[in-house]
Amino acid sequence: MRTSELIAALSADPIPEPIRLGRRVAVALVIGLVGALVIYALICGPRPHFDEWLRTVRFDLKFVDSFAFALPALLLTLRLARPDARPRALALWLIAPLVLLAASVVGELIVVPRDEWLSRLVGQNSMFCMMAIPLMAAPILAALIVALRAGAPLHPALTGAMAGAAAAGLSALLYASHCPDDSPLFVATWYPLATFICVGVGALAGQRFLAW
Amino acid sequence: MMTASIAGDEGAYRWLLEDIGRSVRAMARAAFARAGVGDADIEDAVQETLLAIHLKRHTWDAGQPLAPWVYAIARHKVVDALRRRGRRRAEPLENFEEFLAAPEAEDPHALSDARKLLETLAPRQRDIVTSISLDGQSIAATAKRLSMSEVAVRVALHRALKALGAAWRRSVA
Repeated sequence: MRTSELIAALSADPIPEPIRLGRRVAVALVIGLVGALVIYALICGPRPHFDEWLRTVRFDLKFVDSFAFALPALLLTLRLARPDARPRALALWLIAPLVLLAASVVGELIVVPRDEWLSRLVGQNSMFCMMAIPLMAAPILAALIVALRAGAPLHPALTGAMAGAAAAGLSALLYASHCPDDSPLFVATWYPLATFICVGVGALAGQRFLAW
Repeated sequence: MMTASIAGDEGAYRWLLEDIGRSVRAMARAAFARAGVGDADIEDAVQETLLAIHLKRHTWDAGQPLAPWVYAIARHKVVDALRRRGRRRAEPLENFEEFLAAPEAEDPHALSDARKLLETLAPRQRDIVTSISLDGQSIAATAKRLSMSEVAVRVALHRALKALGAAWRRSVA
């Protein structure tokens, strides 16, 4: 086929309705979050005396941290979905939750006596945390990947990984309300591990489904 | 121009695609030459780029300049094409403006793999694409010949082009 012939076919094919990537991702997010909430209701539910705990710094920090991670990850995912993306400046915002987490760990180490460090790090249900966060992230990640297929990422694996990070962040935001372990020592150990699982799955999914 | 094209101005869109095609051809030729690869697949790379631009045109943000967006896609596709030829790491030239200034006309004898890929489409889709591209018929004429509505032909054409893009990707992988 000659290029001029291909062009003839292409120009005869106007897109009837333009696809709005941002809107698609927003819809995916709603669907994914509903899925995550259903899983949340089935396997966790909020911790007893939720409102009292809200007044403790350690409990609240978990939400701030998850949100500070989820938001830039999500915006970055959207940006990476465009071929002419310039994601660098935005990527720097991912450092913010890390700094926050590190600072809270240092604070915890100062406040808490040494012999309690290990028990706080190990916590009560780290295995459940490692399972629940990826499980609730799964519907969010799946919905995001489907929506992102309309995009044109130059780095499909990276884009998928970032979608996995965003899904993990949102999932952690939910899970934090259930998780009985509030110590930053616990959060800084197990939450990132659970996030890595989601990032890995996201990268594989991106490689597989977002290449174009 | 792209704005008019997205709004459905067929003439403007065709002109734009031809223009982009010439620039991408110059870029692909330079990249192929630099990688020490023969010219045989240049037209494939050009057509694959044009098809990708067509299928992904909604990812262009109308508030942004068009050239970097086109260049990003072209670079992606040309690197892909070179990788297919066994080049692990291929760097196309950096400066797309150069190729905007030095476009290259199509070699009328260069045929691409696209015809082979057409064989993988469903018969009706293949018929429609062939009718409009190779035989140069209009949508209306094609619709009449196949006794379909114009809208149905348009939808079928769009699906066929999407399938063509997918077939191209599979042939690469």
